[in-house]
Amino acid sequence: MLSVTDLHARYGRIPILNGICLEVAAGEFVGVLGHNGMGKTTLLKTLMGFVPVQRGRILFDGADVTHEAAYVRARRGLGYVPQGREIFPGLSVRDNLRMGFVGRGAEERVDAIVQTFPRLVPLLNRRGGALSGGEQQLLAIARCLAGNPRLILFDEPTEGIQPSIIEELVAVLQTLHRKQALTIVLVEQNLEFIAELATRVLLIQKGAILRELQPGELRQAGVLSEFIGVDRA
Amino acid sequence: MDLAAVLTFEILNGVATLVLISVGLAIIFGMMRVINLAHGEFLMLGGYAAIVATNHGVNIWVAMVVVAPLVVGVVGVIAERLIIRVLYGRMIDTLLATWGLSLFFIGIVTTIFGNTVAGIGAPLGSLGVGRYSISLYRLVLIGIAAAILAVIFVALRQTRLGLIARGTMENPNMAAALGVSPPRVYATTFGVGAALTGLAGGLLAPISGVLPTVGAAYVAKAFITVISGGTAILAGTAAASSLFGSVNQLLTYFTTPVIGEAGLLAAAILLLRVLPHGITGKLFKGSL
Repeated sequence: MLSVTDLHARYGRIPILNGICLEVAAGEFVGVLGHNGMGKTTLLKTLMGFVPVQRGRILFDGADVTHEAAYVRARRGLGYVPQGREIFPGLSVRDNLRMGFVGRGAEERVDAIVQTFPRLVPLLNRRGGALSGGEQQLLAIARCLAGNPRLILFDEPTEGIQPSIIEELVAVLQTLHRKQALTIVLVEQNLEFIAELATRVLLIQKGAILRELQPGELRQAGVLSEFIGVDRA
Repeated sequence: MDLAAVLTFEILNGVATLVLISVGLAIIFGMMRVINLAHGEFLMLGGYAAIVATNHGVNIWVAMVVVAPLVVGVVGVIAERLIIRVLYGRMIDTLLATWGLSLFFIGIVTTIFGNTVAGIGAPLGSLGVGRYSISLYRLVLIGIAAAILAVIFVALRQTRLGLIARGTMENPNMAAALGVSPPRVYATTFGVGAALTGLAGGLLAPISGVLPTVGAAYVAKAFITVISGGTAILAGTAAASSLFGSVNQLLTYFTTPVIGEAGLLAAAILLLRVLPHGITGKLFKGSL
């Protein structure tokens, strides 16, 4: 479904991605792990079209989207839940969801989506900016789903979120992956979270994919110390 | 009693004039954060469009309400695509570019029409109020100004395009990630702001006449009104127009027009000293 070949990207003159190669099949749940500053967020931004590609190629469902604008990729079915949520703070929760699907039948679509997120139902008329971090994260996921994507790029959804909502996020993402057969690429630093959800994990270092792991391997002290910089007793 | 009615009418007329000249800028500057120094020239172009159309046999109402906004809306979209689009987020560059655009429009119009006042007669007539009479056309302008605010409110709050515009102005990248084309939304929004400005120019042409440099008389008042209004573009523009229009008209009535204008500026300075984020930075928070 997603095929990335020799992807290079940079901010100004600073190279961030240095030849990423990545294949994601339909229905897969792929985790991406790495230190801060290794290019995880830039990888997702480049896949979504917010960072220009210097070299390499991105194929989505067989179509070359390497130089397409973000909104064209979104219309093709690429969804994005960014780090920091980036909900529209001045819009109501309902309008945030309607932004995810602005075609005809938006109201029905919004009503259907919030069934998966019952916590949002009593908040529909509240301004997005007035929600807690966890509620905003649920809203960001719901808004992305409103657009009916086939592949979703998640950027650190647990960042700054209270543990009770993280459990809810795990349940939501498992439902999306298993029951709705969505393809997911998840960038995360929360090892437990990624180990519980991903079917395989890619380690990114200095803007390149260093190694592929099975989720179970994330609990091995040697792997954690060597590739992620986490020392676990 | 008659005097009170006429005075009330004058105040409402002053408020309506400020609403008309500011509402396009409220969208272009208030929503898009584009400092459009050619705003006054958009008004001027609207005035000339209405006058030329009327002189060529077009019905005056059609000329003012259809031709003027259409012409200036198209000019706005072209300006956005050729100049403004590459300067989003570069405030000083936009300021210089739109200043250049205003000089360009003044030069072109002066070349075509000469540096003389052009005008058209105001339609309708007058209405007697005791010993006084008021212009029916000005009365209609008050209604049009109120209708414009109401239509923009409904368009932004209730329509799909309004939602897309509000969302895109808040976070264009996120809107793009949801399948919205920000360049198209920006062009449309700028075009609508320009069209509203052209409409104002057309509607004010019978009252004030038009000459190539008339924009200078409007642009400062429009910026003062929008900035003093604060972040809520409609509530802010309405509130600031009401305050400044009342101050201007009352002082003009009791003293002279010059003191009325000076009073408007003094009120704006005082207001921004007390409320640095404008009226809606403190009041009407969260409204449109």
